[in-house]
Amino acid sequence: MIVATGKSILNGIAIGKIKIYKAPVYEINTGLIEDVDAEVARFNAAVAKAIDQQGVLYEKAKKDAGEESAAIFEAHQLMLEDDDLQDSAREIIIEQKRSAEYATKTAFDNYAQMFAEMDDPYMKARSADLLDVETDVLDFLMGNDTSSMQGTEPSILVAEDLAPSETVKLDKSLLLGMITREGSSNSHTAILARSMNLPSLIQCKEIDDSWDGKMAILDGYNSCVYIEPTDDLMKTLSAKHAEDVKKLALLQELKGKPSVTLDGTSVHVYANIGGPSDLGSVNENDAEGVGLFRSEFVYLNSKEEPTEEQQFTAYKRVVETLAPKLVIIRTCDIGADKTIDYMHLDKEENPALGFRAIRICLTRKDFFKKQLRALLRASAFGNMGIMFPMIISKWELMEAKALLEECKAELIKEGHKIGKYQLGIMIETPASVLVADDLAEEVDFFSLGTNDLTQYTCAIDRQNAKLERFSDTHHPAVLKAIQMTIEAGHRHNTWVGICGELGADPTLTETFLRMGIDELSVNAKSVLPLRKIIRSVDLSK
Amino acid sequence: MKEINFTVTDPLGIHARPAGILVKEAKKYASKITVWKGDKSCDMRKLLALMGMAVKQGDSITVQVEGDDEDACAAAIEKFLKENF
Repeated sequence: MIVATGKSILNGIAIGKIKIYKAPVYEINTGLIEDVDAEVARFNAAVAKAIDQQGVLYEKAKKDAGEESAAIFEAHQLMLEDDDLQDSAREIIIEQKRSAEYATKTAFDNYAQMFAEMDDPYMKARSADLLDVETDVLDFLMGNDTSSMQGTEPSILVAEDLAPSETVKLDKSLLLGMITREGSSNSHTAILARSMNLPSLIQCKEIDDSWDGKMAILDGYNSCVYIEPTDDLMKTLSAKHAEDVKKLALLQELKGKPSVTLDGTSVHVYANIGGPSDLGSVNENDAEGVGLFRSEFVYLNSKEEPTEEQQFTAYKRVVETLAPKLVIIRTCDIGADKTIDYMHLDKEENPALGFRAIRICLTRKDFFKKQLRALLRASAFGNMGIMFPMIISKWELMEAKALLEECKAELIKEGHKIGKYQLGIMIETPASVLVADDLAEEVDFFSLGTNDLTQYTCAIDRQNAKLERFSDTHHPAVLKAIQMTIEAGHRHNTWVGICGELGADPTLTETFLRMGIDELSVNAKSVLPLRKIIRSVDLSK
Repeated sequence: MKEINFTVTDPLGIHARPAGILVKEAKKYASKITVWKGDKSCDMRKLLALMGMAVKQGDSITVQVEGDDEDACAAAIEKFLKENF
């Protein structure tokens, strides 16, 4: 048995034979040609076909992997339509009397080289696009048929790298998984793998031609592939694979279906996420939006305080990617158990009751305003909610809102666009529950942070193992606090959700629904199981 | 002739996909549209040349529009730039 490792794109298992996928070798006629007109006509015809093909690939990619990954073919089409590019190839045919293949290769390679030499990493990467369309034109010129390269039985495809057009052209019914030596987690291969639920490894440096035709297990959970696995391993991983298949069936059954009870009460099931890398899981699990996006990642991933621009770029990416779905971003919630060097926070006796979250933000206003400005600017690019954590008094909320308005006025004056957004707060302290009526008047939504709410209501440190006997996650006081919050919210047309762990507890789903909860935001994996429960509850009984 | 001055605020600058849409927009009009960045210029109908100018966030560009439909064309291009870059 051989074990090779790479970077896994998706938690999943593929079992089957390996098929080594090799791009054809292009043997190009470099000699002189006689009939220049005929050669130009051949070039024109091949380019026209390649342009048409980009349209076909666009539609196919859109169907397989969505609009976002299809957009690349629109760009390819426009590149092929570029007069400068076409003219420079035709010139080579006419003036140097060379074949259409040679002219295509030379002209396209030149442009690819121009991009490869640019400083900007994004533009550098565009050279790959030119080489990709070059291959398309050459395939038409040389009559290459790439469809037979996958073999005849479903297999795990192993390749050096896969260009967008190659990935899209693959016959998905013959594809169990993909392994490439190159590639990045944002590459087309990765996007396709995720949207099609294909276990895949990238950056697997050990791939070898000798694997061809051998039995293998691609284990996405452990980022490795076993070539000629032992019987024991085959047994274990086959069982795990069967489990995944069952889960996938649940996904297929519930994907796209509304989260609505048998008597017609609908609730929103959203996902909690911690950073841009979790964005994929939102769509994978068919969450209807994001109920809690922890903005801490922008602070924790950086050695120094992130600038407004850096934060704007991060938030914009998130809301833009998920639009039109609602994305609720919680403002900075550092302090307590999450500390950061550059914030220079003092060590505290009692950090859970200390200088944290909104308390830091309302004290260091310049720091907070950077985030608010970045959020407001990003609001123009999707459907956003802004949520303040750890509010206990109305004046805190009013002060935070005043800062938000101040930022808004500044931004408008500077010519920035600001979109519509919802405003809400976390309800995570007994104090906020008790004054919920006052707070509700000022916001669009409440989101119950049940982890902190439980800890503060019961005065139980959730990290302390000795307290297990005294700790009750279903403590009636906590459930009563949730009920009170929902009622207070609804008295003021403020919708109420739960974004703490309790929201994902299937034994409480019906209880919450009967209390009138409007939204449950849970880890992405719990979205569909929760939807299944919701769809089986009848609140009229 | 109409002239538009514009500073790019998009963090990615004028990159492939929106550049493509810009080219498509430019092709709707008969006017000649020239993009200037410093002393470099190119025809806005040409995607690769436009991308080759590597317009980044913070860069100022000038767009010159000349032709029978220059008024409508300049207005459309200006609106498009503001909304997308």
